[in-house]
Amino acid sequence: MGVPRFWREQPHRYRLEGTRCTNCDRVYFPPRWVCPVCRRESVGKMERHKMDGTGTVVASTVVHDPAPGFEDQVPYAVAIIELDEGCRLTTQVSDVADPHDVVPGMRVKSAFRRIQSDGASGVIYYGTKFVPLVEQGSTPS
Amino acid sequence: MIAPPDRENGAPSPFGAPPRHEGHPPHLRPVGIVSYGFYVPRYRIRTETIAQVWGHDGPQTAANLNVRQKSVPGPDEDVATISVEATRQAIDRVGFDPRRVGAIYVGSESHPYAVKPTGTILAAAIGAGPELTAADFEFACKAGTAAMQTAMGLVRSSMVDTALVVAADTSQGAPRNALEYSASAGGAAFLIGSEDIIASLNHTVSFTTDTPDFWRREGQKYPSHGERFTGRPAFFRHVKACAERMMAAMESTPDDYQHAVFHQPNGKFPVNIAKQLGFTMDQIQTGLLAPKIGNTYSAAAPLGLAAVLDIAAPGDRVFVTGYGSGAGSDAFDITVTDAIVDYRKKKSRTVEEHLAKTVDLDYSTYAKYRGKIILGD
Ligand SMILES: [Zn+2]
Repeated sequence: MGVPRFWREQPHRYRLEGTRCTNCDRVYFPPRWVCPVCRRESVGKMERHKMDGTGTVVASTVVHDPAPGFEDQVPYAVAIIELDEGCRLTTQVSDVADPHDVVPGMRVKSAFRRIQSDGASGVIYYGTKFVPLVEQGSTPS
Repeated sequence: MIAPPDRENGAPSPFGAPPRHEGHPPHLRPVGIVSYGFYVPRYRIRTETIAQVWGHDGPQTAANLNVRQKSVPGPDEDVATISVEATRQAIDRVGFDPRRVGAIYVGSESHPYAVKPTGTILAAAIGAGPELTAADFEFACKAGTAAMQTAMGLVRSSMVDTALVVAADTSQGAPRNALEYSASAGGAAFLIGSEDIIASLNHTVSFTTDTPDFWRREGQKYPSHGERFTGRPAFFRHVKACAERMMAAMESTPDDYQHAVFHQPNGKFPVNIAKQLGFTMDQIQTGLLAPKIGNTYSAAAPLGLAAVLDIAAPGDRVFVTGYGSGAGSDAFDITVTDAIVDYRKKKSRTVEEHLAKTVDLDYSTYAKYRGKIILGD
């Protein structure tokens, strides 16, 4: 991937920013600027919408033959996640003791991670991965 | 202000007077912590696992250092990712509008780039700016507390509305070196402002000298340390001198504080210095995290402060003293406010909960994740 394209895609890669159609209230990730349901009626009515970052695994696989730059992480889990807003995306699931632990129904949340880098001297690409949702956010009484 | 007894030449202190003390300018805004967040990678390696590889006595090493295990960043984690995760907790907890952040300072000795700021990556990831000033700070393990002092100045003088300070590191010790047992990873983030303060930053003082106790030259992967230099003339001298100056400035004694947090190059040094200064184990227990996660460098004292803020009561006074090799020490006198009660109703994970979820690594996986294995291409 080129540096300019990555830079343009920062909002949705870094912040999980999608769009919302204010005509029908549907949410889209990655962002769409025309709602496929409302079509012409949605033109100019699409707003930026930040996803909450929590979701559920709907399908998963364990990668043994890695993409370039992911050799250190083999074997790793790649999953289709359904965000709580209803959109689906394909992502790596990190921070698991065993990638086979990533199974449909597992709750996950987004995390800011290194995705790739152009060798030892090139740019580092950051973005969103998913990790197990374990902390439900309690506080001591 | 009362000068500490060992102040050289009896010269006047270069630091301003604390609020409500004689000589403090009345027009300055109050300053304090508005929200905080933290992040420690999930992976751990046990001291005994490292000792086994090098033929050292595991239980003895763990006892000598008072470090049972240390945190290890995953292969997709670095200071930028840790900073973002810590900051997101701080911002999300109070629903803070990131566009109010006027300054972002990230203190670390392991920034991912040699040239290109971590602060800009952080700003983009949280949706702050572009109207803000940002810079990365470096001063070994006290880069974060130095950044905190700068933020205090900008907020107190009304130059910015709110400043974001992050202290984070993913430090490395050379394999088999004593540092390998402690050098770990973590981060803490603080929104520093003058409204809705949960912990008031009353005062700060520092003590800084040119001491070659620990360094890393440009391009070197692992740091070096001046063996006999690391203890008495470095950590202990600076932390003690700085802490004494703080108590002299505040006209306080250890009894005035409910909690104390010191820099934690291992689990032993903070306990020793606390004793020397007259603090008890009760006072330092909450903020003493090194036994569970090792030395998180810039994040060590800030993470300890976060753990204290998780449980402190309104009115509790907190004594924080960081240390960075090279060498310097920064001390803070902090008072937890009544606002902490409502703040805690906005539920978020605590340091204790966060550190409880771990994945143990064997040495070979740890070595691979930390880039300690040399590939033949
Ligand atoms: Zn629509």
